[in-house]
Order: sequence, then structure tokens, then C-alpha cells
Amino acid sequence: MSTSNLHVYVMAAPLLTAFFVNLVGRVSKAWIAPLTLGCLAFSSAASIIVLGRVMAYGGFSYTVGNWQAPYGIELVVDHLSAVMLVLISVVAFIATMSALKSTSQELPDQEYLFFTLYLILIAGLLGLVLTADAFNLYVLLEITSITTYGLIAMGKGRAPLASFNYIIMGSIGASFYLLGVGYLYLMTGSLNMADIAQILPTIGGGAAIATALAFMLVGLWVKMAFFPLHGWLPNAYSLAPTGAAILVAPLMTKVTIYLMVRVMFTIFSVDLLFLQNPAVQNGIVWAAALAIICASSLALAQRDLKRMLTYIIVAEVGYMVGGVWLANSTGMTGAILHIINDALMTLCLFLAIAAILYRLGSVEFDSLQGIYRKMPITMAAFTVGAFAMIGIPPTAGFFSKWYLLLGGIEAGQWGYVVALLFSSLVNAVLFFRIIEIGYFHKDGEHHGHEKLAEAPLSMQVPLLISATALIVIGLGSGPLVEKIIKLALPVGF
Amino acid sequence: MSYQTSIWPLAAVLISLIGSIPIMLSDRNPNLRESWTILIALGKVAIVASLLPTVLAGGGFEFTIVEVIPGVPLALRVDAMGMFFALVASILWFLTSVYSIGYMRALNEHAQTRYYASFAVAISATLGVAFSANLLTLYLFYEMLSLSTYPLVTHHQDAEARRSGRKYLTYILGTSIGLALPAMLIVYSLAGTLDFKIGGILSGTGASSQTLALVLVLFLFGFAKSGLMPFHGWLPAAMVVPTPVSAFLHGVAVVKVGVFSILRVIFHIFGPEQLLAVNLGWVITTLASITILVASMIALTQDNLKRRLAYSTIGQLSYMILGAGMLTAAGMTGGLLHIAMHAFGKITLFFCAGAIFVAAGKKYISQMDGLGRRMPITYLAFFFGSLSIIGMPPLGGFISKWNLVIGAVSSDQLLLLLVLLSSSLLNAAYFLPIVYRGYFAKAADPVFDQGIKEAPLFCLVALSITACGSLALFFYPDIFLRLARLALFS
Amino acid sequence: MDQIAALIIAKYNYWIYVTLMMIGFYAMIGKRNLVKKLIGLNIFQTAIILMFVSAGVKKGAKIPILDKHHVMEHGVNVVDIVNPVPHVLMLTAIVVAVSVTGVALAILLRIYREYGTLEEDEILEKLGR
Repeated sequence: MSTSNLHVYVMAAPLLTAFFVNLVGRVSKAWIAPLTLGCLAFSSAASIIVLGRVMAYGGFSYTVGNWQAPYGIELVVDHLSAVMLVLISVVAFIATMSALKSTSQELPDQEYLFFTLYLILIAGLLGLVLTADAFNLYVLLEITSITTYGLIAMGKGRAPLASFNYIIMGSIGASFYLLGVGYLYLMTGSLNMADIAQILPTIGGGAAIATALAFMLVGLWVKMAFFPLHGWLPNAYSLAPTGAAILVAPLMTKVTIYLMVRVMFTIFSVDLLFLQNPAVQNGIVWAAALAIICASSLALAQRDLKRMLTYIIVAEVGYMVGGVWLANSTGMTGAILHIINDALMTLCLFLAIAAILYRLGSVEFDSLQGIYRKMPITMAAFTVGAFAMIGIPPTAGFFSKWYLLLGGIEAGQWGYVVALLFSSLVNAVLFFRIIEIGYFHKDGEHHGHEKLAEAPLSMQVPLLISATALIVIGLGSGPLVEKIIKLALPVGF
Repeated sequence: MSYQTSIWPLAAVLISLIGSIPIMLSDRNPNLRESWTILIALGKVAIVASLLPTVLAGGGFEFTIVEVIPGVPLALRVDAMGMFFALVASILWFLTSVYSIGYMRALNEHAQTRYYASFAVAISATLGVAFSANLLTLYLFYEMLSLSTYPLVTHHQDAEARRSGRKYLTYILGTSIGLALPAMLIVYSLAGTLDFKIGGILSGTGASSQTLALVLVLFLFGFAKSGLMPFHGWLPAAMVVPTPVSAFLHGVAVVKVGVFSILRVIFHIFGPEQLLAVNLGWVITTLASITILVASMIALTQDNLKRRLAYSTIGQLSYMILGAGMLTAAGMTGGLLHIAMHAFGKITLFFCAGAIFVAAGKKYISQMDGLGRRMPITYLAFFFGSLSIIGMPPLGGFISKWNLVIGAVSSDQLLLLLVLLSSSLLNAAYFLPIVYRGYFAKAADPVFDQGIKEAPLFCLVALSITACGSLALFFYPDIFLRLARLALFS
Repeated sequence: MDQIAALIIAKYNYWIYVTLMMIGFYAMIGKRNLVKKLIGLNIFQTAIILMFVSAGVKKGAKIPILDKHHVMEHGVNVVDIVNPVPHVLMLTAIVVAVSVTGVALAILLRIYREYGTLEEDEILEKLGR
């Protein structure tokens, strides 16, 4: 196993294990946990080694089946994708610890099916980050989506309906993306991203290229639930089985943001995106500001913790899209840092939700009364996650917000700055409402000593890891930005 | 000025943060828990005091924790101004801890462990603000203080506590995120640094005076803990808390952190010369004067003793901002000194209010007639505290107010002089009747003639010490005076 | 008028795909029956597949199956064979489309078992109760 192929193994491990989980898991449930955790631990360790290698020697690539680019499929690791590999595999690993427990409660005897899809989804996400081929990206995008449809449909009640709506919307998004690829192929005759990027400046056809870009962007926006294309997300994520939500909520939208960055800057150029069409760039930042404000306001109307969080996810997508389109390096730094931080914050909050659901069976606001006394450790971690979402130092959320705000000020995009501040304030209201409900008791139960009902250890450990990570990443965001993210910025920043 | 690298500033900040863990662990053993609190408080005073000689000699300490944003590390620095505030806060925390033991046990309050632990975290944040080397670190500890005091504000966990907790966070978090954070970002994008530097960091950045004015106003209102009107409403609402919390947090730590932050910004971000050059001092003095007069007048109308003290605090806090806004040597010295003088005076008054509540169960001034004869020590201490706030010799408050008056005269702003004098009269009008009626009026309640005695010993000792401290500060203000001068003119 | 007609006729394959796509799009958004939505999705995807395939076509070209000896003697004349890449791509796209359809049908089955109908309005009505 040479280290130059290691990134392929990062992706291959969960893919292969998925089949074993399906086969062995039918026979004996006991095998599922070690197999799943084992392969994800391997992926995490390998991806960290890959990151170290990229830091030391720069990016490298693997050509599948030894077919050379631009004809063969290339799997490329550069700084940005190495960071994403680590993020995805580590988040998946942490999430799985908790998902195993909640799945055994919610979907008894279906675990082998659940974790087969689950692992293929992770493999798909890792593949999305690695691929350097525009069409291959479409296929992997659909692999992640199809597995997600399946996972969501395993939920109770309305979940199949939500999943069906997601299928319709998701397929429209993917088809749009495919159309964009088609236009590019017609113009350049190539599917390799780097190759297309080389050919594009040499040919004319501005309108067709712009159409391709527009189709690809809109397609990805649907997939990442960029307001107002977000309609499918709240239902799908809040009705999914808890185990699936823990994985999908932190990673799916964030990986799609990464794809947007990849498509924008690996295929197209800064010149085409920002300099030739300042009005478009300006408009998208305003759209992002609007997305943030609207999604935050919608979050205010929710009476269920999970649904509230799904709207916050939609708002956070606005943060990152806006940050990327600010067209300065501070905003881009903020967007990439926020991909990492938002993934971890969402993970932390969803793990807390999983723990609460495991014990209480509901996360509606009314059922959360007095929960600080019942589940002090879970709620302590939840509070850290909430502070990160609000953006209180030294949690990670503050620092990415800092760069985004600073980028907005540098670009003179005051609408975006105001939207970010507004959303921080709304988040403060949202989370302190929860904290208040959890901290105070029902009337009449004053000073009561309810029985302590902490979640099982296998749910607390990942929760505490993620909460600690939020603070560690926050305090370490200086070195993180200087040593890793600055190098991961797309060319031209 | 040279700073030597030392871990002690960090130790001073962290000792009580880490100390909150043993406090929480000894939940079942109150004596052990309170011993921890006292021990940690003593340790804190000792560390701060050990740093004092170097600072007085014109030196200082610094410690960089980690660089979080290019050019802006999380860093602590002990300079004269920080030392000034840290000294006040750590000494008074120790006394408050002593007082708390008497108060909380006498009233048999619930959740005392949470109370002591939150208190320990809050004092860590307070020292963190005092020792911050830059605005980002200050902001971090400022937010930490806001959040760690939420459990204290909502201590009783009833409907009223919920309401005031909500109000507290709305004002404090709302302004710090909505106003102070963008102001900080604008400063960073102008200057590329957030370091506190004598003479400020904004001079020479070419910022227009409109931008500077905007940033100044954002900061003044953004640090709403200073109670500058119209963002003062949280303070009276927060008076539902146990009295030691009001005394320490809403007489000293929280509110002074707000003022301290504003002073830091005026002295070390803008720099007095810069503000004089663009003529922005009037913004500060106008806002402060309005707050002083309006708050004092509202205080007159309050019958609830703690609410009266709260409005009095709002008014007195603006004295400090007013002094800084005069931008003259005496004015700024007076403003800074008033942090210490007011702290000792006001904490005494709050301690007395708590002692009255513990001993007699009375909250309203109109029900306290004749109580002074039963609680002579408490009322004497109250008298001392009142005189200090009014600014009468021989109490500490006189020194700071005298400096403020000189500042007003030397900057030729006679209107400010008028504000100071009329406010002092108002202070006398809302404090002295309480003392007079306590000693000389006919007892309001026949119960007073029977069983009421002084408050528990722990309470009495604490309030006597702070009252004496107020007195002593008149005769020996040297340390604080020297620190203030070092902070402003070195 | 002639110009427009010429434009349409010259690029009729694209017009067909645009028309099909719009039909599919309308069905997905406009229809209230879930199966019709799914059929719309299929039409939509097929339109894109047609676009790709038609892009590979060359007039008078043959299928890209080459005789080894012929190639070694005369080399490959690209004008004589259609571009195989779009076809290959679309094989994958068809697989994706079939998988999506499969998953969607399975989910529809579950929905039908649960609510006894596939009309969106009726389902929402039942949920409302």
C-alpha cells in the first residue's frame, strides 16, 4: 500500500465495508459496530496521513485503472480536498458512535440495511471531494443523494413523503448540473476539470459557457438548499431517522458548498466569475444575505428543536455562499473555515438531539422543560454547540464569522454584514429560548428532584468529543488558518 | 514601558475558573465547598497582590496564550489600568464570598453549589477583562461574564427570574453582538490590530471623523454593561437576584467591566489626543450627563431599596464615563478613580440592603422606619457608603469627585460642573433620608421592637470591612492614585 | 419566418430536448399525483440523455467499433465514427436514472401502503386530520 494511493483507500474502505456489513450484518448484529467503526477509523487515520503528506509535498493524484487524464478518471488531492477528507471521515467516525445506538433503538433488525446505505453515503461524500472529473462528480453526487433518499425514507410517519419530495428536487438539481456539464463538453470536448479550465480561455462562446456555469450553480444550489431552493431540506432532515440525520445534517450541505468552490475555481476562473460580471457577483451576495435573513426568521417560528436546526442549516448555507462570492480572500477564508466549523457545530447539536431523543423520544420545546437537571452533561455539550452557533468566543463559530464579517466589510457588502449580525442575534434568541426552557421547570414542579436520565456512554462520548473540538478548533483557528486554510484557498486568492 | 513574560496573569485569571470544579464536586459538603471558595478567593488576591509592586514600579507582565487571528492573539497583559481594576475586583470578591456564606445560609437558598461555581467563573471573566491585552481578548471575557452570570441572575428560577434573565441577555448579548462586534471589526479593518496601546491605534489610519464617531457610539452602547441610557434597563431588572450577586456583580464586577471596556476603548483604542483632535469628547460627555441626571431622578422615586441602589449605580457609572469623556488629565484620573471609590461605597450599600433583608425581611424603604435603632452597625455602614457615593469627605468618593470637578473646570465645561453638583445633591436626597428615618423615625412595624437583631456575623464583618475601606480610601488613596496616573500618563 | 424555421430545423435535436425537458419539468412541478411527478422526472432525465447522445452524432458516421487491421493500415479517421464518449456517459446516466426511479418507486409503494393513495392533496388532507 503505497502512500500515493492512500487517498483512494480512504474512499474505498467504507465502500467495501458496506458490502460486508450487508452480508455479515444479516447473520449477526454484533459485527456491524466493529466493521463500521473500524473502517471509518481507518479512513480517518489515512485521511490525516494524506493531509500530512499534502502539507509536506503538495497535492498529488491517482488515475483510476491507469488511464491517463484527460481521458481517464482522476482522483486528486490538494490542500482543500485533503482538509475535506479529514473533516468528512472524522465527522462520520464520531457520528457513527452515536448513530449505532440510536439506530438500534429506532430501527431494530434493520441495522444492516441502514449501515449499508450509511457507508456508501460516506464513500460517496469522500469520492465527491476527490474526483477531478466533472461527470464523475455527477455520478458521485447521485450516489450520495440516492443513499440519502433511502436513509431518510427509513424514518417514521411522513418521512417517505419528505424523501419523495427530496427525490424530485434533488434530481432536478442533479439534472441541472448534468446539463451544465453537457454544455461544457459540447464546447470543450473534455470532462476533466483541469483540462476544461485550460481549454476554456482559448475558445469563444461566452454565452454558452455562462449558461453552463449558471446550470451547474443552480443545480448545486438546489442540492445545498440555498434559499429559496431549500424547500425539501427541513422536512427531509427532521423526519429522517436520528442516526441518518446526525451524519447527513453536518456533511451534506457543507460538501456541496465545497463542490461549488471546486466547480467555480477549478473549472472556471476568477476573471470570468467576478471581474466580468460584477453585477452577478453583487446579486449573489445580496441573495445570500436575503437567504440568511429569511431562513433565520423561519427558524424563529419552529416549535421543535430538530426543525429549528434545519432552518439554521439553511441560513448557514447562506453564510458560506455569500462568503465565497464576496470575492476577496478574507471572505473565502471565512467560507472555508466555516465549512469546517459549521460541520462540527451541527454535528455537536445533532448529537445532543440524538441523546435527548434516545431518552425522551421528543425534542419539541414543551418536552424539554427542566432538562438541564435531567441530562446535565448532554446539555452542557449542547450549550457549547449553541454558543458556537451564536458565535461567542472562544468557540469555533466566532472565528469563521469573524472572517466572513471582515470580508463583508472589506468588500463593502453592508447588506451581507447586517444579515450576518442579524442571524447571530436570532441564533442567540433561538438558543437561549431552549436554554431557558431547559433551565427552568414546569410550573408546579418547582425544585423537584427528577431522576437523572443521562444518555448512554456511547452517545455521551462522541458528544463530548465534538463539543471539545469546537473549543479546540476555536482556540487553534490561528494556526489552522495560517498553516492550512491559506494554502487551501483556490488559485487567485 | 517594558513587559516581562510571565504565567502569573494567566494563573490569576484561571485560578477561580479551575477552582469552580472542586466547588462543584463538593456539592454535598457545604463547609468544604465554602472553604474552597474562600481559599480560591484568597489565592486570587495573593496572586494579584504579588504582581502589584512591579506594576507600581512602572513595569508589567504579559502572556500570549495563542494567536487566533493574524495580528490578534489571545493575550493577557498586566498594566497599571488592568491592575487597578483587578485589585478592586479581587479584594471585593473575597469579601463578597465571606458575605455570601452568611447570607445564603441564613436564607437557606437553593442550588448554592451552582451559585458559588457561577460566581467563581464570573470573577475569572472579570479578571480576564482587566488583564486583556487587546480588544478581542476583552470581548471574549466580556461575553464569558455575560453568560456565566445568567445562572446567577435567574437564581430563583421563578417567573420573575425568567423575565429578568431574558431582559438581561437581550440587552447585554444583543448590544455586544449587534454593536460592539461590528465596531471591533471596523477597528480591525482600519488598523489591522486590536492591541491596547497608549495613544490609541486609530490615529494615522486615515479614518474619517464620521467613521470614528460611528465606531465610538457603537462601542459606548455596545458595552451595555456600563448601563449607559437607553441600554440600562437590564440593571434594575436584575435586582431580583440574591443580594450578594447584586452587590458584587451589579455594584462592582459586571457594571464596572462595562465601564472599564469603554475606558479602555477611549484611552487605548482611540487615544485622548485623537478624540480631542476630531472633537468627539462631547458625544461621550453628553450621553453620560443625560444618564447621570435621569438615573438620579428615577432613583428618587424608587421605594424598593435595591432598585434605588440600581438606579444610583447607573448614574454613578456614567460619572466614570463622563470623566473619561472630559479628556483632561484630572477628568480621566477622576473617572478611573471613581471605579474603585464607587465600588467600595456601593458594595457596602448593597451589603447593608442584604443584611436588612436577612435580619428583618424588608425590601421597601417605607417599611424600614426605625430599623436603624435595631441594626446600628449596618446603618452606620450604610451611612458611610452613602457619604462616599455623594462625595463627602472624609470618604473615598470625595477624591474621585474632586478630580472630576477639577477636570470639568479645567476643560472649561461649566455645564458639566453643574451636572456634577446637581447630581451630588440628588444623591444626598435619595440616600440620606433612608439613614435618618432608620435612626429617628417612629418604628414602622411593631415587630422591630421585639426580636430583630443584626444580620449574621459573616455579613456584618464583610460590610464593616468595606465601609472602613471606603473611609480608608480617603486617607490612603495612594495606590489607586498612582495606578491611575501610571495608566494614563506613562 | 424562414430564418426562424431554418434555425429550428438546423438544430431540431436541441429543440426536441428543450421541449421534452419543459414537459418533464411541468409534470414534476405542476402535477399533484406522485407517480405523474416521477414520470415527469423520467422525461426530464431522458431529455438530457437525448441531448448528450445527439451531440455525439456525425453525419454519415459509423458506430465506433473498429477493425484492428484496418486501423493499423489506415489509421483512424474521426469523421467516420460517431463520438462514443457521450454514449458511454449516458449509459452511466441511465443507470443513475434507473436507480433513482427504483428508489422512488419503492418509496411510493410505502406511501401507498401508509395512506392508501398517491394523490398529494389527499395525503396532505389525511395528514391534516
